[in-house]
Amino acid sequence: MSDFFAMGGYGAYVWASYAVFFVVLAAEAVLPPLKRRRVLAGLRGKWKRAQRREGSAP
Amino acid sequence: MNPLVLWFHKLGSPPTFYRLAGRLLPWCYGLALVLGAVALYGGLVLAPSDYQQGDAFRIIFIHVPCAWMSLFVYAFMAVNGFIALVWRIKLSETLAMAAAPVGAAFTFVCLVTGSLWGKPMWGTWWTWDARLTSELVLLFLYLGVIGLHQAIEDRRQAARAAAFLALVGIVNLPIVHFSVTWWNTLHQGSTVRLFGPSLIDARMLWPLLTMALATKFWFAGSLLSRARVDLLELEGGKDWVRQVALAADAAPAPPPEASA
Repeated sequence: MSDFFAMGGYGAYVWASYAVFFVVLAAEAVLPPLKRRRVLAGLRGKWKRAQRREGSAP
Repeated sequence: MNPLVLWFHKLGSPPTFYRLAGRLLPWCYGLALVLGAVALYGGLVLAPSDYQQGDAFRIIFIHVPCAWMSLFVYAFMAVNGFIALVWRIKLSETLAMAAAPVGAAFTFVCLVTGSLWGKPMWGTWWTWDARLTSELVLLFLYLGVIGLHQAIEDRRQAARAAAFLALVGIVNLPIVHFSVTWWNTLHQGSTVRLFGPSLIDARMLWPLLTMALATKFWFAGSLLSRARVDLLELEGGKDWVRQVALAADAAPAPPPEASA
């Protein structure tokens, strides 16, 4: 098993490469749903403010 | 109207696309994960060591698929940019702009993994040779498209300006691809060939191709996910967005990708 992680002495290079690959692609998948939630919350806030303005108008 | 054209028009309408993309998303990611896991097992465990490079060659299983994706995504972005410029289809604008960050991510991973592979094999992290430089230019093109799109206030005008830049940048694609044959470079030539036999052992080839397929599905998932958000922003005042927003509010903390 330690042989597997050593990668014939190139472990640091190989695993660093795979780490970059996984971190970047994971971020690629995680960021859009987070932004979606932010956008929808922003729209709801905008509508609520507009409603309140209409309601308070004489 | 011809039913095929009708279907195409319907697919191009933002609410229809939004719903369909939401349904496809989990499948894209799921397939990518399964294929990726199989490819990793094949590449890291089953494939034998390289006779020259030892185990350092195993970086190929992510470096090359990312390099292919950096070109593939750019071509996808440019084609959608072309459609956006000629036929002014809103969905194409959105797809082109949603593809740019994904392509930039793949290009970035390609450059970093290449650097991490170059250090032990060539003795240097970086060299200004044709393949490396043209791939770096590709990253700058992606960043230029993203930057231009962010810099212009009117979203649709911004998308068309950025699409134009993407179209101009397409000259770089053949330069990246043929750089290893046109110039003397440190980078090795192609080992996987469409025409003629590949210069790679079958036990190394199948994990490589499987990973290439996995990255395609990951791109599809990320692209659809991004395009959905962009459409919500672009169509903020429309009724269908209102329905989506209210439905998301009614069900607190839904799984981010499952809700349509």
